[in-house]
Amino acid sequence: METESIATKKSLFRSDAMQRLMAFAALIVLFVLFSIASPNFFKFDNIVGILLATAVNGVLALGVTFVIITSGIDLSVGTVMTFSAVMTGKFITDWGLPIPVGIVGGILAGGLCGLISGTFIARMKIPPFIATLGMLYVSKGLSLVISQLMPIYFNDTPIFRQLAMGSILGAIIPGLEIPNAVLVLFAAAIIANLILTKTVLGRYTFAIGSNEEATRLSGVNVAAWKMAIYALCGLFSGLGGVLMAARLNSAQPALGSGYELDAIAAVVIGGTSLSGGEGTILGTIIGAFIMSVLVNGLRILSVPQEWQIVVTGGIVILAVYTDILRRQK
Amino acid sequence: MGDVIVQMTGIEKTFPGVHALAQCQFELRAGEVHALVGENGAGKSTLMKVLAGVYKKDAGDILYKGASVDIPNPRAAQQLGISIIHQELNLMPHLTVAQNIFIGREPRQKVRFMLDEKEINARTEQLLSMLHLNLDPRTKVAELTVAKQQMVEIAKALSFNAEVLIMDEPTASLTEAEIGELFRIIAHLRDQGVGIVYITHRLEELPRIADRVTVMRDGRYVNTSPITEVTRDQIISMMVGRTIYEAAPEVPENPSQDVMMEAKNLRRGNVLKDVSFVLKKGEILGFAGLMGAGRTDVARAIFGADSLDSGEIYVKGKLAHIKSPRDAVAHSIAYLSEDRKRYGLALGMDVEANIVLASFQKFLAWLGWVDATRTRDRAKVMVDMLAIKTPSLQQKVKFLSGGNQQKVIVGKWLTADTDILIFDEPTRGIDVGAKSEIYKLLNELVQQGKSVIMISSELPEILRMSHRIVVMCEGRITGELTNAEATPEAIMKLATQRGEIVQMETDSTKGDA
Repeated sequence: METESIATKKSLFRSDAMQRLMAFAALIVLFVLFSIASPNFFKFDNIVGILLATAVNGVLALGVTFVIITSGIDLSVGTVMTFSAVMTGKFITDWGLPIPVGIVGGILAGGLCGLISGTFIARMKIPPFIATLGMLYVSKGLSLVISQLMPIYFNDTPIFRQLAMGSILGAIIPGLEIPNAVLVLFAAAIIANLILTKTVLGRYTFAIGSNEEATRLSGVNVAAWKMAIYALCGLFSGLGGVLMAARLNSAQPALGSGYELDAIAAVVIGGTSLSGGEGTILGTIIGAFIMSVLVNGLRILSVPQEWQIVVTGGIVILAVYTDILRRQK
Repeated sequence: MGDVIVQMTGIEKTFPGVHALAQCQFELRAGEVHALVGENGAGKSTLMKVLAGVYKKDAGDILYKGASVDIPNPRAAQQLGISIIHQELNLMPHLTVAQNIFIGREPRQKVRFMLDEKEINARTEQLLSMLHLNLDPRTKVAELTVAKQQMVEIAKALSFNAEVLIMDEPTASLTEAEIGELFRIIAHLRDQGVGIVYITHRLEELPRIADRVTVMRDGRYVNTSPITEVTRDQIISMMVGRTIYEAAPEVPENPSQDVMMEAKNLRRGNVLKDVSFVLKKGEILGFAGLMGAGRTDVARAIFGADSLDSGEIYVKGKLAHIKSPRDAVAHSIAYLSEDRKRYGLALGMDVEANIVLASFQKFLAWLGWVDATRTRDRAKVMVDMLAIKTPSLQQKVKFLSGGNQQKVIVGKWLTADTDILIFDEPTRGIDVGAKSEIYKLLNELVQQGKSVIMISSELPEILRMSHRIVVMCEGRITGELTNAEATPEAIMKLATQRGEIVQMETDSTKGDA
């Protein structure tokens, strides 16, 4: 009996590594399958398209990874992203602030939303689902109020668009025109990985998700760290908002709903456990790529968009189910 | 024994509706193991949580090394050198041994935000070797046995340079060998001058480990005395406030020879090896053995919770195909897990709902509507019959004591009208007074013609209650004793009959645990 329970636990802990491996294998399989199915899939332009399509969702998912590892949830990342985009537009176009100031301001606006959610969750003990659901509506409404329901364009500052669509890499290595948005995603992922694995914040993220009460009793100021974690998630949403605005050359106040679910799906496919305590940044990035490869590949195979959504849902269920199966062994 | 290190006087603590501590006092010297005993709810844990900064006291004084101190939170206690190991292990299973030990005060790198993982592991290694613990700092805690996890807790507590170490029921889930290891470490710490508070239910441990014992009752201090100057019976009578005799009442004769259930050649992997036994009508059949002997596995197999490789179960003479707990219930078998809160009760629901939980179909009225009048009547009958102490039928069961929770579970299965009840450690975590009520209840059940299988690790309990005793060791039944034949020595001999079996077996099964 005892030996058995130890064995189960062992496999449980191998499972996040396994899940990542599985997810990576799934990504490769998808690549190979689509490449065989269509000659148009494995082409430079198309791969760049996939990378670009992953950028925003990937950045949002990075933040959500932290929150989910604490066994929390953030439903507001999509609309906070929009809020940040609108604020960036407000700063740069309407107020004429310098572009870097506008960018930092947009990111901080997202961080502030996260901090507020985190305060409700950590100090007022409102369940994360509810607190961030509230933040979803609040940020969505504020985006509409501040923009007065109109998109804000960045036509006076053409350089802003280069943040996402230009290619520093292409300028250095001709022919490798990978948009900056992709570089931003990878840079953000590296930073997120550093925070998660090497810093105190990362350690407490896992500790809170693994056993919050024990963490508290160990003298860790759990409430403060939780607020920091939601604020960090908000900062990533803010970065996602800036990227989105740059990519579209405009802040679209009506956009954003549904992005939170894509981000959560990417995290889950990447092997992060909704019950907390385990998860990786690499997994999340792979999860985000699986989703965009799938959508892209199906589109190339002329599968209607509505069916792409259905398939994505199936993949999420499948990813979690394989994880559960492995745990039961 | 050294100087007085902790002196608590006049401690008061009130929770909503409960006066948990009233004028409590406690004294701890450096270099002593001071046992703290009392029934569940006596306030032992609460008092120690006040000392450890988990709870804030409402009134009273704490002198630490002669100076009055205020301990507002766990961190303040740690800084004073007071560490507590809680009853429920407080570890982060997903983190490593080293990460757990240094949680909240990780060594940092020059950039203050970055962890110094090397340093964390190195310091842990030092700490573990000081305690002579053979553990890898990089192992995830979830991969360790409960006993090893406990050692991690101790290492963690000591890493604060603790001068006071509070241990709340540390042996509750340890095997005999692991308890020996724990006691070795406790003795080692005592010799180094650490003051140790040892909260326990297992009075038989006291002479082995404790120097002094303090008894608490109903949130009040009763008595403190050196362990050599009190007998176990005196401690018990102080705990319950009256003299009760632990001596066994006569086990009523079981006249029936009718077979209620028979298990034939149950096998499951290495866990169950050819287990066969007979359960008679109106009988309490005790299952004795050491931890990991496979007793719970027998119960789970009969109940359909684990699938068997082979073997047959007959209920009332008929072959029963039990593939799931649902089948078992249909064959009138109930399993009352030792982990009542997890497997036995819907904690957030009230007494009435729990009692009718396993037999809703009996209370259905038109269109599947639950007949609330009948469920209430039925619950009322059970509460009266089993003497469940609850303010009302609408009380949520999580607010009941362990003994009353156990009774609610019994009520649930009686309502479902089961004939075979398998009790797994029926009195674990239940205080002395409530224990005898559970025993009375078991006797009543078998007198009504029901059959009981009682798995218990407490020999006195097995000896006192069982008509017959089956002893297991490493997945086998190594013997069967009648109540008349059974002595603690006879049972322990069978429970440890490992060597002989291994000799009889071929080499292939050696080392199976």
